[in-house]
Amino acid sequence: MRPAQNGTMSTLKNKKRNIEEKEDEQLPIFDKDQSKDAHLDDNDEDEADLSDSEESVFSGLEESGSDSDDEEEEEEEEEEEEDGAVGKSTGVEEKKKVSGDGDVQLCDKDVSKPQANGQHSKEKKKKKPIKSAVQDGGKESVVSDRDSGLMISSQVDEYEHDTSDEEDIRNTVGNIPMEWYKDYPHIGYDLNGKKIFKPIRNKDELDEFLDKMENPDYWRTVQDKMTGSDIRLSDEQVDLVHRLQEGKFGDVSFNEYEPAIDFFSNEVMIHPVTNRPQDKRSFIPSLIEKEKVGKLVHAIKMGWIKPRRPKETTPVYYDLWAKEDPNSILGRHKMHVPAPKMRLPGHEESYNPPPEYLLSEEERLAWEQQDPEDRKLSFLPQKFACLRAVPAYSRFIHERFERCLDLYLCPRQRKMRVNVNPEDLIPKLPKPKDLQPFPTTQSLVYRGHSSLVRSISVSPSGQWLVSGSDDCTVRFWEVSTARCLKTVEVAGAVKGVAWNPNPTVCLVAVSYDDTVLLVNPGLGDQLLCNATDQLISSYEEPEEVNDQHVQWTVSEGEGHEQGHRLTLKHPKAVRQVTWHVKGDYLACVMPDNSSNLQVVIHQVSKRRTQNPFRKNKGMVQCVSFHPVRPYFFVATQRYVRVYNLIKQELTKKLMTNCKWISSMAIHPGGDNVICGSYDCRLAWFDLDLSTKPYKVLRHHKKALRGVAYHRHYPLFASGSDDGSVIVCHGMVYNDLLQNPLIVPVKVLKGHTITHDLGVLDVTFHPTQPWVFSSGADGTVRLFT
Amino acid sequence: MGGLQKKKYESGSATNYITRNKARKKLSLSLADFRRLCILKGIYPHEPKHKKKVNKGSTAPRTFYLLKDIRFLLHEPIVGKFREYKIFVRKLRKAYGKAEWSGVQRLKENKPGYKLDHIIKERYPTFIDALRDVDDALSMCFLFSTFARTGKCHVQTIQLCRRLTVEWMNYIIYSRSLRKVFLSIKGIYYQAEVLGQTITWIAPYQFAHDHPTDVDYRVMATFTELYTTLFGFVNFRLYQTLNLVYPPKLDGQGEMNLKSESDEDYALDSESYTEKLSALSASLARMVPLVEEEETALDHFPAEGEDLEKMETREKAELELDNQKKLFEGLKFFLNREVPRESLAFLLRCFGGQVSWDKSLCIGSTYDVTDETITHHIVDRPNIDKQYINRYYIQPQWVYDSVNAKIVLPVEEYFLGVTLPPHLSPFVHETEGDYVPPEKLKLMALQRGEKPNTEEEEEEEEEEDDDDEDDDDEEAEEEEAEEEANLAKMEQKRSQGKSLPVKVTPGKVKSENRMRVAEEEKAEEKRLAIMMMKKKEKYLYDKIMFGKKRNIREANKLAAKRKAHDEASKVDKKKKKTKS
Repeated sequence: MRPAQNGTMSTLKNKKRNIEEKEDEQLPIFDKDQSKDAHLDDNDEDEADLSDSEESVFSGLEESGSDSDDEEEEEEEEEEEEDGAVGKSTGVEEKKKVSGDGDVQLCDKDVSKPQANGQHSKEKKKKKPIKSAVQDGGKESVVSDRDSGLMISSQVDEYEHDTSDEEDIRNTVGNIPMEWYKDYPHIGYDLNGKKIFKPIRNKDELDEFLDKMENPDYWRTVQDKMTGSDIRLSDEQVDLVHRLQEGKFGDVSFNEYEPAIDFFSNEVMIHPVTNRPQDKRSFIPSLIEKEKVGKLVHAIKMGWIKPRRPKETTPVYYDLWAKEDPNSILGRHKMHVPAPKMRLPGHEESYNPPPEYLLSEEERLAWEQQDPEDRKLSFLPQKFACLRAVPAYSRFIHERFERCLDLYLCPRQRKMRVNVNPEDLIPKLPKPKDLQPFPTTQSLVYRGHSSLVRSISVSPSGQWLVSGSDDCTVRFWEVSTARCLKTVEVAGAVKGVAWNPNPTVCLVAVSYDDTVLLVNPGLGDQLLCNATDQLISSYEEPEEVNDQHVQWTVSEGEGHEQGHRLTLKHPKAVRQVTWHVKGDYLACVMPDNSSNLQVVIHQVSKRRTQNPFRKNKGMVQCVSFHPVRPYFFVATQRYVRVYNLIKQELTKKLMTNCKWISSMAIHPGGDNVICGSYDCRLAWFDLDLSTKPYKVLRHHKKALRGVAYHRHYPLFASGSDDGSVIVCHGMVYNDLLQNPLIVPVKVLKGHTITHDLGVLDVTFHPTQPWVFSSGADGTVRLFT
Repeated sequence: MGGLQKKKYESGSATNYITRNKARKKLSLSLADFRRLCILKGIYPHEPKHKKKVNKGSTAPRTFYLLKDIRFLLHEPIVGKFREYKIFVRKLRKAYGKAEWSGVQRLKENKPGYKLDHIIKERYPTFIDALRDVDDALSMCFLFSTFARTGKCHVQTIQLCRRLTVEWMNYIIYSRSLRKVFLSIKGIYYQAEVLGQTITWIAPYQFAHDHPTDVDYRVMATFTELYTTLFGFVNFRLYQTLNLVYPPKLDGQGEMNLKSESDEDYALDSESYTEKLSALSASLARMVPLVEEEETALDHFPAEGEDLEKMETREKAELELDNQKKLFEGLKFFLNREVPRESLAFLLRCFGGQVSWDKSLCIGSTYDVTDETITHHIVDRPNIDKQYINRYYIQPQWVYDSVNAKIVLPVEEYFLGVTLPPHLSPFVHETEGDYVPPEKLKLMALQRGEKPNTEEEEEEEEEEDDDDEDDDDEEAEEEEAEEEANLAKMEQKRSQGKSLPVKVTPGKVKSENRMRVAEEEKAEEKRLAIMMMKKKEKYLYDKIMFGKKRNIREANKLAAKRKAHDEASKVDKKKKKTKS
């Protein structure tokens, strides 16, 4: 039934629809809706009112459509009026007809307002944006009204202003170029699939022209392509076109410069911005959240998450030492070594130091060339005229950092600082003045030798002095006058001379090369000399001849005249000769590291020689007889061995702690020994005390060459390569409990150093506190 | 026969020491943490007597710690905290990596921290111990408080250091315990006497630091951590002893003064309060309202002889100290803007002076330049435009020198544009034989109360100096003459020796100088006695004598340099005079 009606109406409607379609082009989004709407509108045509509320019940979505339909209804109703036919509904929605009736009436009223079709559509066009906005909002707002049909009266109002341009479109070809229908008589299809025919146009060029010329509205006439009809634009529409062309807003009343109102401001509004009811999902507990909470709860239970710690309320600083409990101090604190404080600055660190503290040019250069560790000052003293000019110190942070490093990296130690007065360190010794007599000045010089004087010896009477030199002579001097009384020439450099200590014998032993010569100098008492000669000549050859190492020969002829009495030929070079106190025995040293024949002892009266040692115990340096007891001292390089000659055994071995012994002397008391060594030491042994030195004296700067004891006075002397003779007071007490007193009393200088040799031998005068020294300069000097 | 063979290095010194690496492993700490622990606990290495024995025969250079020390460290709760922190860092990194921001937040809230209180208490069981060791803490805090707020360390640390140093300075001002001060090229040294302890610290000049690259700031930061804790406790205790409020508050009056002036100028209240404190211009609030201070007079005990003397000297020293404390009392100073404000304000207030500065320079100025009652205006520029009649315009060195001299020095030498006298170190105590700069001698004379008049006196002095020099010269000449005579004699002798042709000349009575002979004898005696010294003593003696000789040599060198300098300057002066 419906399509038939539609068919009758179609041509009329088409006209209007063309306009609406044009507008629809502007709103393609709604196309779908509109097509739906169109469908619905068909219902509306028949039963416009009923459909409205009825359909809104079913879905909110369609509601929006129906909402817009309301406007369309206007026109349709107009059309219906024009048609003069009122279609009947399909009967589906007839139940609600009662409410619908009122609606229809109202609609009629509405329609009664005569309005030009074009104008109407224009109005719609204008209000379109607003309407669409309302539509959007309406969707929600309408929800609450869904079921009530009581809203009709308000709907009436709505219709009055409703200017929706959602027209029902009879042409269903859609949004296509209309040229496609150029050649056809129809222009599209209506909803029922019937052709919509083009309006009859028989205008040719001429008509067109005439129209152009005659019709004053020609310029505002536009052809609607969808329907092919001409439309005359109203004034408003023209105005709109102009405005759009100028790029202005379409709405005249729209003020684009309205003051901006901050919608989302800080002010809390009492009403919500939207009245949208909450979603369903907002009432249903979230599963995801539940899962998350569950995880957290588990983590808390397991102790993986700890609750936030409460803020500490105790003050940062408080009286830490309020209770100083001595018991709480750790034991280790006693061992604590506090760090030493920083050194305080001196004048040189001042920004304006006195001028003398500034470094001179050379000092500054030297400072710069030094390693930073070696520098005495870690900075260069500088002077600034005023405080304003002082710059920042560039090494400030460095210095603090170094201090930090010192504090935690440096080992600390308590160091006992010796705060002694150096004077206190000097031992308190008796004054040399109180220890007199001792030799103090050089009084005589015995000149004559042309080379080193190796050895000297004084006659027991103290009147004569014998000296042996490298110039192959032995000279005899008168002590008191320094006159050379006799010169004996020998065949080699004289290594040692020794005057027989027996005062009844006038005999001197001289060693050179491998020979020991016994010389009678013929000085002094004539009787004594003759007696000596007799003693030597009274020797009788024993019956059995022993095989001896040494050959004894009696000098004769020229040699005898010179004083030679006996010549002892040794197998090796003899270095030292020494007499026993009695004057009968004579010991000779032949240093040799490889044999046991190093020391021989001769008995002059019997012209006998014996080798006391069977074994070699090291190179013998010198030997000496004990003055009282039958002991024999043998000094090897480092030890002094004391042998008992009667028992034929070793009694003592003295450790000298020296590297190389050079000389040795025995105290006349026999209990003390001094050893000089090439390493500048003089060791004093007290045989009663120990085998180690009682005292080691390092007085000389160079090697010691000779040492000697005085026979009566408590004096001993040492001569050294540094050219000095040091005389010491060496008092030995009879009381065994008292240790010897050793005091250096005098340093005697006189010898000049030649070939790095100074004093070669020293010896004391037998009775006077005088000391003789022989030197490398070829002189013998007497100090008194 | 019996017994097992003893193994080497299982007893004795080898077991008493432990190398650093082993110690680290024993504590299961990283090297950095071990270092931190050592710094905090004050553990330092030990040098074993027998390095080879301890090192199990090897001579490689190693650092040794006492095993006891390391065992002691094992019980330290802080070790656990270190580990906790390490774990925290790991967790945090993980959370960041996973972008779990809530986790990061939670972790940060529960950041493990540690306190050093117990370590301080353990290392310094008594307050005096702590005070004795506060030197380094002070220097370090003063350095850190001058650091820029960016970069090298946490801003909180810098702020804390600044706060603590300000507190300390306020305490020193209040207790008037500053004694000496020294402007060196490195910074300003201060020496204070707090509760009988002499405390010296150095503050750098106020310049931006040129941060060196070869300095490990972590070490410094660890030290600072320890020092700030120690220093805070010390400050608290010190404030408590004086009945002052801690943290310090300005007393009512001062606060009022400050408030009225400059609240608008400074942005934040929290900051401006510390700024006000650091202005050092107002006194502090007390816990107990100020009671008229009674000078606790020394009790007099009947004493005899030496005790009496001691008492007298002590009283004298006390009096001197009192006078020094009131050195600048009644004087009113104004600081020009180019002088180091903080140092001078600190100093002047320490000795009772009133001090102010330009309002735009710093908060807390109390009076204006125009104040008529200002007595001294401290300026460090060649001249100043507007000068007021009734005040002295002096250079800052005057203040420092006066403090060190313990008297208000005459201002003439310190006027504007005048060449300043040398600034001497107050820390040098010359013993006999040391070189004493002439300025110091002059100062000592001033202290004794001898007043040299300025110009004339100077000239006179010069003349005197000349005289002295002349005297010296004369002496020298005499000596020379003597020497010459001696030489002549010698020559004569020689010639006598040479001229062998025997001639009998009338004998001269040798005028022997008895004194000299006696001296020579003594010297000889000494020489001989020195020969008899034991080896050890000889060594020591030689060392001492060497040091003494070196000192003498240096003193002589300085004196000679000074003499040369003086002469040169005198010549210059004369030249100028003749020119003019």
